[in-house]
Amino acid sequence: MSSYNEMYEGDRVRDPYARLRDWVETMPDDFRQMKQAEAEALFRRIGITFAVYGEGGDPDRLIPFDMMPRVFEQAEWRKLERGIKQRARALNAFLRDVYGRGEIIRAGRIPARLVYQNDAYEKAVVGVVPPRGVYSHIIGIDLVRTGKDEFYVLEDNCRTPSGVSYMLENREIMMRMFPQLFRGNRIEPVDQYPELLRRTLESVAPAKCRDRPTCVILTPGHFNSAYYEHSFLANLMGVELVEGQDLFVDGEFVYMRTTTGPRRVDVIYRRIDDPFLDPLCFRPDSMLGVPGLMDVYRSGGVSICSAPGAGVADDKAVYTFVPEMVRFYLGEEPILNNVQTWTLWKDDDYRYVMDHLPQLVVKEVHGSGGYGMLVGPKSTADEIEAFRAKIQADPSNYIAQPTLALSTCPTFVEEGIAPRHVDLRPYCLCGDRIELVPGGLTRVALREGSLVVNSSQGGGVKDTWVLSE
Amino acid sequence: MKLRISHETVYRYARPIRNLVQSLRLTPSAFEGQKTHEWLIEVSGGIRGPGFRDGAGDWIEGWTVRGPAEEVTVRIAGRIDTRDTAGVLRGHRETIHPMVYLRDSDATKADDALQDLARQADGADPLDLAHKLSHLVGDRIAFRPGVTRSGTTAAEALALGEGVCQDHAHALISLARARGLPARYVSGYLHSTIDGKAHDAAHAWAEIHVGQLGWVGFDAANRCCPDERYVRLGSGTDAADAAPIRGVALGTGAEELDVRVQVEEMAQ
Repeated sequence: MSSYNEMYEGDRVRDPYARLRDWVETMPDDFRQMKQAEAEALFRRIGITFAVYGEGGDPDRLIPFDMMPRVFEQAEWRKLERGIKQRARALNAFLRDVYGRGEIIRAGRIPARLVYQNDAYEKAVVGVVPPRGVYSHIIGIDLVRTGKDEFYVLEDNCRTPSGVSYMLENREIMMRMFPQLFRGNRIEPVDQYPELLRRTLESVAPAKCRDRPTCVILTPGHFNSAYYEHSFLANLMGVELVEGQDLFVDGEFVYMRTTTGPRRVDVIYRRIDDPFLDPLCFRPDSMLGVPGLMDVYRSGGVSICSAPGAGVADDKAVYTFVPEMVRFYLGEEPILNNVQTWTLWKDDDYRYVMDHLPQLVVKEVHGSGGYGMLVGPKSTADEIEAFRAKIQADPSNYIAQPTLALSTCPTFVEEGIAPRHVDLRPYCLCGDRIELVPGGLTRVALREGSLVVNSSQGGGVKDTWVLSE
Repeated sequence: MKLRISHETVYRYARPIRNLVQSLRLTPSAFEGQKTHEWLIEVSGGIRGPGFRDGAGDWIEGWTVRGPAEEVTVRIAGRIDTRDTAGVLRGHRETIHPMVYLRDSDATKADDALQDLARQADGADPLDLAHKLSHLVGDRIAFRPGVTRSGTTAAEALALGEGVCQDHAHALISLARARGLPARYVSGYLHSTIDGKAHDAAHAWAEIHVGQLGWVGFDAANRCCPDERYVRLGSGTDAADAAPIRGVALGTGAEELDVRVQVEEMAQ
């Protein structure tokens, strides 16, 4: 399968990569090794060693950082940006709808079962409209590229997408190590992200909030694989990082314990999952949440970002209907395409997939992190048959997609520089406005030929540049 | 019926607690079968928090007690007029789609025995089927207090063949869902059993969604549909979800609970 190499157009190096090519070609080997070691030392010192996207695994393992940036031209990015913002608007419209009148279901455009019997659909928040009607405030949209103008959305992450600290750190480290690169190229900045995130959170403060809103980040604690990111963002935004025990409900509001007494909290950017938010509403055994939080939320006393229940928009079965959401709510044609997806609870799809397993990628509907999936072309006959049995046991738990020829970017490897497959996760912020910093997090499959970019399976990260005009 | 209700729940703590937070579902539903005239909720030493009607149509009220407290009493006193609607929950405003109540919880998950039992009923239509399922539960689970716990599942209760109203409701919900009918748990009060004996405890039953008619109550334990002797408070996917009182406090000691319920018919 031939892949699109983002550096080339035929034999010619594309303009955005021209200067980088010179940079790479004139770089002495020992200098490169020295810089690679320096980058690793910097990452270690900062302490950024968590698994990308909460995939689990060894929390102290360093995610490999590749010094060769990935570059987008302004025009390429503008189109992606329009497509991402369009998708974010549609996803929030969908959430507003399914927790309200369910028009899209009444119109027969999405099956009721997929929504109302979805584990992520929270009946506790039916009828609750959060400030500005926004349910998902930070949407991570995973994109892959297969050609010059061909981008596909692999999945949407509407709950609490992680990895943005990598986007910020990758840039920081590149600027520190190679300042001359940033003088020679006009690269759009990303360091405004924390400020934009804070503004986004403040813009969805509840109506009962009178002064400048107090925002906090709610973390499950230091044992969580993304704890570093939680404290990193809190620090950059200038807000408190709290655990459930630091917050309490009194009367109609939520308060934070501080050394100077209780302080009312207006907006909670939570990095804990719905079932653990409040033992009085969800799992009664949860010690991570805040008892009574959901009653305060449901009566408009505090905002929770993302809103409880937002996950119903991003499961892999609902994913297949996002283009339909764009048409239904926005009356527009989707700018970004979905990957063709077979849903195994449909008989025709099931038969097709079972007949073509060696060519397909099969995923669990609720799986993540590259676990529980089959990459047909990269699997042995035994692995395929073992997976077939799993599918047969519970077909509705799986979807299948064609194996995409993911684009490659030049990447530093042992032997020098070589193409490796990449994906992209931009972080879209939704509040009173929809904001997107140029770029996002590029993940790279460091093993030759590998299509799996997950950090738990040998993936690394790269700085991602968007060039200004 | 004109009913006067008093309901007292006393929590006694071995060591004083602080920061008690409660979520109460203790206000009668508003529908054609019920008209509430007076309803007081009071939590001793507590501050009334947020109150709102949720998507299921239940009135939820939060309370907090800062403490320290060795004893907290949740006191309900009210007057309500009830009317027989043959179990039909007519005129109840709710927005949750019935299909949501096809989702199972641990308490209502159907094992093989429940699946088998569900298949034994034969109904001309969903309503008829629901009646038959309710009778099956009454036949298979005898009323006997003290043999089951609050955590007993529908499957366990059926295996035991004995239980209380919570177990009957769980079993019926399980059977109904197994037959593709949305079903949920309802908590409330009961004035007297059909033979006229006073019922001095909180009560629970199941509701099954039967197409055009909507939600209909079934009390498998008493082999009937709720009528004017019943007072409906709120619903959930199972007993834990529909609990009239959910609370958490900061404290390390043991907790003792004392509940007193009185449902009296008032003189005309």
